[in-house]
Amino acid sequence: MAIAAPSKVMTNVEAVRATLYDALKRDDRVLILGEDVGNRGNVFLITKGFIEEFGAERVIDTPIAEASIVGVAVGMAMEGLRPIAEIQFADFIYPAFNQIVGEAAKIRYRSNGEYTCPMVIRTPYGGGVRGALSHSISVEALFYHVPGLKIVAPSTPRDIKGLLNTAIEDPDPVMFLEHKRTYRLIKDEVPDEYFTIPLGKANVLKEGSALTVVSYGLNAHQALEAAQRLEGEGLSVEVIDLRSIRPMDRKAILDSLRKTHKLLVIHEDNKFGGIGAEISAMVAEEALFELDAPIRRLCGPDVPAMGYALPLEEEFMISTDRMAEVMREMVKY
Amino acid sequence: MTTTSTPATTGTLERYGLSDDQLRVILHTMLMQRQLDNRGFQLNRQGKIPFALGSEGHEAIQAGAAMAFIRGKDILAPYYRDLGLAVGIGFTPLEVLLSLFARAADHNGGRQFPNHYSSRRIGMMSFSSILAAQIPHAVGAAYALQYRKESGRAVLVTFGDGTTSEGEWHESMNFAAVHRLPIVFLCENNQWAISTPLSKQMGQPNICKRAEGYGMPGEQFDGFDPIVTYDVVNRAMQRARSGSGPSLVEGMCYRFLAHSTDDDDRTYRTREEVEVQRANDPVPRFERVLIENKIMTAEEIDALRKDVLREANEATDEAEAMPYPQASDLYTNVHEGAWEPWQ
Repeated sequence: MAIAAPSKVMTNVEAVRATLYDALKRDDRVLILGEDVGNRGNVFLITKGFIEEFGAERVIDTPIAEASIVGVAVGMAMEGLRPIAEIQFADFIYPAFNQIVGEAAKIRYRSNGEYTCPMVIRTPYGGGVRGALSHSISVEALFYHVPGLKIVAPSTPRDIKGLLNTAIEDPDPVMFLEHKRTYRLIKDEVPDEYFTIPLGKANVLKEGSALTVVSYGLNAHQALEAAQRLEGEGLSVEVIDLRSIRPMDRKAILDSLRKTHKLLVIHEDNKFGGIGAEISAMVAEEALFELDAPIRRLCGPDVPAMGYALPLEEEFMISTDRMAEVMREMVKY
Repeated sequence: MTTTSTPATTGTLERYGLSDDQLRVILHTMLMQRQLDNRGFQLNRQGKIPFALGSEGHEAIQAGAAMAFIRGKDILAPYYRDLGLAVGIGFTPLEVLLSLFARAADHNGGRQFPNHYSSRRIGMMSFSSILAAQIPHAVGAAYALQYRKESGRAVLVTFGDGTTSEGEWHESMNFAAVHRLPIVFLCENNQWAISTPLSKQMGQPNICKRAEGYGMPGEQFDGFDPIVTYDVVNRAMQRARSGSGPSLVEGMCYRFLAHSTDDDDRTYRTREEVEVQRANDPVPRFERVLIENKIMTAEEIDALRKDVLREANEATDEAEAMPYPQASDLYTNVHEGAWEPWQ
């Protein structure tokens, strides 16, 4: 796709940084708070230098206390600021669970609109970085059950910019999940100008006719690579990157399914009760007779987490080879 | 830590600058709180409402604290036993009754439990039943005031003794102290957390002593005395408004009623204990102070009580006659605009 406007090649992590920087420049209601976001500039150096440029009152090194990182941000949002709360690793989000699920998600609802909670909770998630049990978890399924939350899981630098801009402007709480394996792995053109991408709009990464693959985050890139391999074998696979998990793009899934009649959902998060379960149920309700093959889900196994040792991590993560294998089986079914 | 005790009721009344009118307003708030508090229990026993929460015993601490709150400037982050504080800062009896009856015109549209009030109009933040969850919100609001350099404004956040066991209470105290935020933490220590006494809640019973550990002043006071309460909370609020940082203040009071209409406190505490506390009931005690100091006569107080009863009755009738929310109201205000998880 030709991009007319000026643009830069960025990695995912650089796109997060550039978008946060622009947001701080643009709107003085925007604040960033979290562990090590100031002096250190975030453990991935996303906010490096921000504290010098924007001041310690806008780039807040918080005490190590996740519940109050989110809780204080909720109070800021209720009183008119636009906080971006960072949880250093998604695995550390559990102490903040109540503030996200019990509070942020319900403030507009419980006050019948008198109070609102326009905030973003950013957190790096996912494995493939030797993160062991507590630096590699996927948390999306724990939160996507909750009305009142929006959840975004972008995969490319351009999507990160457009979706993070949307999340910051959103009048309600948005969880912004960044797959940390993609941080420096994925690189692409990002327009310099301000732009937004609406939540709930999936992106068709590759068109195809024999199988629909739905994924997001790191797995979306792998699914695309696997589908391209199959193209060489004469097998045509369509790959959809959800981008947004809540709201989710039903139309994109069903439109594709009505063309391919087969569905594979791929996500690193555990299979049981995962995002694929909801997609499968939706398809069963809306388009059962479009299916020419059983739905399949390729997901993280039902174990508490990936281990630190390389074989334990590799066994948990879904390889591109495995994706290609399952795609092949399904196309030929 | 300093401790402020009750001033003698004989001789010259130490009134900390409160005018006769302000003292009469305090009594009005206390009488209204008791009347509406009892109204909730009555309506429940009459089968008209499913649930009510009691706050008897908290009248002095709440009316005194409300007098230290500057309407239109300060922010209140209350908890569910703050009927008197709500009324004292401008929540009307009708608004209380709309909450009890869960009517459509209630601020939260009949969604929340009774006593879970919020009102943007009077600066009273929305909160849930989850204890201490509102305390970081109050800290965030105080941060917003400080960030926008809105000096002369402060946040008052309230909670019971049981809430101080929650992690978010600690996290919030710590965060506020680090940033020297314009906030006052007011503990309404009624000595019971439903059925759990203070002795099972904490190893060191003086909550205000913890202030030192956070690096802020702490003060304990007689929460049965609204004048003393006003003085302590007012000084703490002034300190916050002037940029001198947060304080923890702890008023000692008592919960005369069961936790709620669904609780039976006879199962966990003796009648004797309650009777001993009843002897110090802050409402008749403050009435005596006003009479002895010739601020009000017994007849005037009687007339005030009748006014309060009439107001409460009118509010009850008016709220009861109003409609419930529609079933379709269940679906609004999930997010801004229409909402569908599938797009």
